[in-house]
Amino acid sequence: MIDPIFLVEAAVNGVLLGGVIALLALGLNLIFGVLDIVWIAYADLVMLCMYAIYFLVAVHGWPIWAAGLASLAVGALLGVAVHLLIISPILTSPPINQLLATGGLLFFVQSAATLFWTTDHRSVRLSLPSWEIGGIFIPATRLIPFGISILAVIGLYLFLTRTYIGTAIRAVSQDREAMSLMGASPQRIYVVTSAVGGLMAGLAGALLIFQYAVHPFFGGQFGPLTFMVCVLGGLGNMVGAFVASFIMSEVIAVGGVVMSTEMGYVIAFVIFIVMMFVRPGGILARRQ
Amino acid sequence: MTRGRALAGVLLLVLLLQPLIPLGGYRQYVLHVAIQIFIWSFIGSAWSLMGRFQLVSLGHGAFLGVGAYATVLLWNLYGVTPWLGAVAGMILAGLLAVVVGLPCFRFRVVGHYFGLVTLAVGEVIRLLIVAERDWTAGSLGLTLRSAGGDSLWALQYGSKQVFYYGSLALLLVGLWIWHRVDRSMARAALESIGEDETAAASVGIHVTRFKLGITVLSAALTALGGSLYAQAIAYVNPETLSGIGVSLKIVFAVVLGGMYTLLGPLVGTALTTALAEFLRILFGLKLLGMADTIYGLLLIIFIIFLPDGIYGSARAALDRRATRRAEGASITAKASV
Repeated sequence: MIDPIFLVEAAVNGVLLGGVIALLALGLNLIFGVLDIVWIAYADLVMLCMYAIYFLVAVHGWPIWAAGLASLAVGALLGVAVHLLIISPILTSPPINQLLATGGLLFFVQSAATLFWTTDHRSVRLSLPSWEIGGIFIPATRLIPFGISILAVIGLYLFLTRTYIGTAIRAVSQDREAMSLMGASPQRIYVVTSAVGGLMAGLAGALLIFQYAVHPFFGGQFGPLTFMVCVLGGLGNMVGAFVASFIMSEVIAVGGVVMSTEMGYVIAFVIFIVMMFVRPGGILARRQ
Repeated sequence: MTRGRALAGVLLLVLLLQPLIPLGGYRQYVLHVAIQIFIWSFIGSAWSLMGRFQLVSLGHGAFLGVGAYATVLLWNLYGVTPWLGAVAGMILAGLLAVVVGLPCFRFRVVGHYFGLVTLAVGEVIRLLIVAERDWTAGSLGLTLRSAGGDSLWALQYGSKQVFYYGSLALLLVGLWIWHRVDRSMARAALESIGEDETAAASVGIHVTRFKLGITVLSAALTALGGSLYAQAIAYVNPETLSGIGVSLKIVFAVVLGGMYTLLGPLVGTALTTALAEFLRILFGLKLLGMADTIYGLLLIIFIIFLPDGIYGSARAALDRRATRRAEGASITAKASV
């Protein structure tokens, strides 16, 4: 029998992990909602941002906060580059080709990272305290990313609802044709959306480097999970994705302690598959 | 296309007469590469049976893994001959296809969503193989238990010639099945389903039955390819036989060649395998990742500029030229009259 304290600790870790997954899922979901394309290589952009931070901090000796800001810029630039170089020429192609083009990007990014930086695991060593609350250890390396990602999610929400461009983004995701009829340029909205999506990837990279070492195949750890969270929440549905990321991270964290790490993921993926049949529109969608 | 048929005949003859071709010390290596191309083309053909009807699965690694592991585990643990093991693998893969496919088709999970569900299935199988490490050896992979010499019963041969002819025969069977499906009523039904399910259902096409049928066929053939691959390599590993990486590689090779044509998967697989081998020899271990970097870049470029694939685009261009020439001939014929 497992000591309940481990379960509580796993549950707390699940919540802390859920915050960062939510950030990834919201970034991907934003792009999906507006462009109707799933970026399979999204988590690999996060990996590139993590490398950027690693090199700035460990090699060039930048302070971590400055490297984090640089990572946001790198993420946004990568987002715009992916849109202009890959997505833009195939916007009208069949959805499958769009999916595969970003899949090709996944191969390219992973192998280019192997080529340039080898398969060594690299981490930014930070010595941060841990707090103990009622027998549960909460390390700052998890709590700080959680706090920042929640703030970022709130920031994204405010950006989408309170600013002019944010409103335009939401309008495009509701009806693309109608927006062009109203005289808005979808191309500009697409670029801004991809930049914001990339920015979220940069932020996620900055937060993940607190807890994980980066290597070329890092994206594989979070990529599939991120699409599944998006679909589970309902593609394009921000609140749904936010809720789904906590459900999935709880299943993985608690399942990982009760059984094994792999079985935690297996259960999460099976839940995803079953939910696709029961509620194809996402967990928060109304039944038709 | 009589000229095309003659060309295919000559190519097949060359492949069959391979022992007569002077290859010197490179024979083993050439045979190894040829076996890889044959088996993966067969698997690509099996995938494209579904893929060409807008049923794009990103989880064929699941069926591949089931086939390969069923064969190897049955032999290693219980001494069951791979002939039966392969059949067991095909049945298991078919069942898995039904378990995943039936709800998918009933609840109309299509397009992106179908791709993501199958992607999850591929990951589930990979993770299960890794998690059940007590009897699958997990990520370390599993070596085929030796039968102590050449044996038809254990399907183990020291010489690569046997697997060369075996996999070539399997590839021909795969192409024949593809051709049969291409010429059948099911093709018309599935194409109409791929274009518009509701319209297809309204003219009396049993949507779920047709989709499930082609999915089970594709899954079973993929599993068979996995079994043969395991026998030829004598080693299985969850990373190379299931999960996202291999699933995407199958899809990419087919898309690169052209998924709507008979020989597209073969051309695509031959090109990607040859490219990977060439880059591997060129760069060796010095520049790890260089081969895949170029490969990934080519994929993106191809999908943007040649969405019908190499063979598909070449076929279309040849057909256009032939039509134009025929038109030109008929015009000159009329003018002379």
